[in-house]
Amino acid sequence: MADQEDILIDIQEVTKSFNSHKVLNKVSVKVKRGSTLVILGRSGCGKSVLLKHIVGVLRPESGKIFIEGKDIFSLPDKEFNKLRLKMGMVFQGGALFDSLSVGENVAFSLIEHDSLDSKQIWERAEEALSMVGLSGIESLMPSELSGGMKKRVALARAICIKPDVILYDEPTTGMDPITADSINELMRNLHDKLKVTSLVVTHDMKSAYRIADRIAMLYQGKIIFEGTPLEVQNTTHPIVYQFVNGLAQGPITETAGHFR
Amino acid sequence: MMTEFLISIGQRVLAFLYFVGGISKLASQTFYFLFIPPFKRQRILLEAKKAGLDSLLIVSVISLFIGVILALQTAYLMQRLGSEIYIASIVALSLVREMGPVITSLVVAGRVGSAIAAEIGSMQVTEQIDALETLAANPVQYLVVPRFLALSLMLPLLTLFADIIGIIGGWLICVFKLGISSSMYLQVTFDALLFKDLFTGTFKTVFFGMIIAFVSCYQGFNVEGGAEGVGRATKQAVVISFILIIACDCLFTALFYFIFP
Repeated sequence: MADQEDILIDIQEVTKSFNSHKVLNKVSVKVKRGSTLVILGRSGCGKSVLLKHIVGVLRPESGKIFIEGKDIFSLPDKEFNKLRLKMGMVFQGGALFDSLSVGENVAFSLIEHDSLDSKQIWERAEEALSMVGLSGIESLMPSELSGGMKKRVALARAICIKPDVILYDEPTTGMDPITADSINELMRNLHDKLKVTSLVVTHDMKSAYRIADRIAMLYQGKIIFEGTPLEVQNTTHPIVYQFVNGLAQGPITETAGHFR
Repeated sequence: MMTEFLISIGQRVLAFLYFVGGISKLASQTFYFLFIPPFKRQRILLEAKKAGLDSLLIVSVISLFIGVILALQTAYLMQRLGSEIYIASIVALSLVREMGPVITSLVVAGRVGSAIAAEIGSMQVTEQIDALETLAANPVQYLVVPRFLALSLMLPLLTLFADIIGIIGGWLICVFKLGISSSMYLQVTFDALLFKDLFTGTFKTVFFGMIIAFVSCYQGFNVEGGAEGVGRATKQAVVISFILIIACDCLFTALFYFIFP
């Protein structure tokens, strides 16, 4: 790497297993400040697990994660929480708190940490909601929203704290193509205008090409490929080629057979 | 055959130790976060309403019936002995010392504990617990502390209320069925009750409330496997709370028997 200062998220040889099945096996990947890294992988290959390590919900068996040069697993809780408030995470199903209204959801961490007075808090929530194209739904409850709307509210909740980093867990999965594209555009905007660093896990190739500065592929617990979107498109790597082109026949499905 | 048996015993012992460890950890975190800001009074009041106020109706109905049943059952024996007047004291003592606290706690465990386990369990399944953490809100502080406070404060109050309703139930039978005068009934009731009866009966429910809060929250946090898991956790929360409440009651009764003979 040319400049160590540039690296915002540095994942070093993270290993994690569930019930003796190694989901992550010495995964190492770096994300530059202000860039967007897309991690590709099949459903259930551990992409979400990787994201949950970065926000400290899960702890690795071995390996380290540095954010802004700080080893997050050896930070005291207070320090780590400060760091968490600079990160937003958009969960796969939205993970909105269903006992709270949309407005309270979006403003959650502002309310919880008493950082602003209530008028400013609601202005910020309103602003975040309008950024995702959902103005005026503050008083609705999450159960009244469609799946796509929930995800956009979740994105509003993540950007409400004006984070430096946003982690997206399959942001466009399960959305109609038009909504999906508006989400892509929004992610692109956050990247271009606010210089937000993003880490996106997805298997939506269209979305990946649209937003990524770099693309990595997670396969059987390892990062097997990393490159620019152009390099991915022109790849000769058989596994990446099969995934990117969505082929039923190829090395991925053959090796999967061995495990059955 | 023998090894399988031993293995299954070993697994049960391990599961039990795991449970004890998990509950202890949850309890120590809860006591820690009790004293860490931010304190959100609103949230505690909301939980207190859910645990206390909303349980008033069912607790009243059940304790009224218990009072009536107790009076009728003791009347059966007392009429044979020709000492109906002692019905009042037996109803009062058994209600205040034992039936009121235990029945109320079991009702609350079934009604409130199951709701807590199901709610936290669904939050776990839909990643809301993870979301809390990423928003720098500690799940124990946000979810467990208010429920813990609400249950351990509201259960004694509910119990006192249940005691009164139960005594009214006994009064109904004695006055309208057995022809004891109202003033006589009350006189005997208050003569029979000592402060220590009221204290020992009510004091233990603070702990029953803690049991319900910890067990239900713990089961909710440890849900695995979607809707089925939520169902299992809810059932477990109620079953384990019942067992622990009764066991804890046995312990307290023995303890008080020797402390306040």
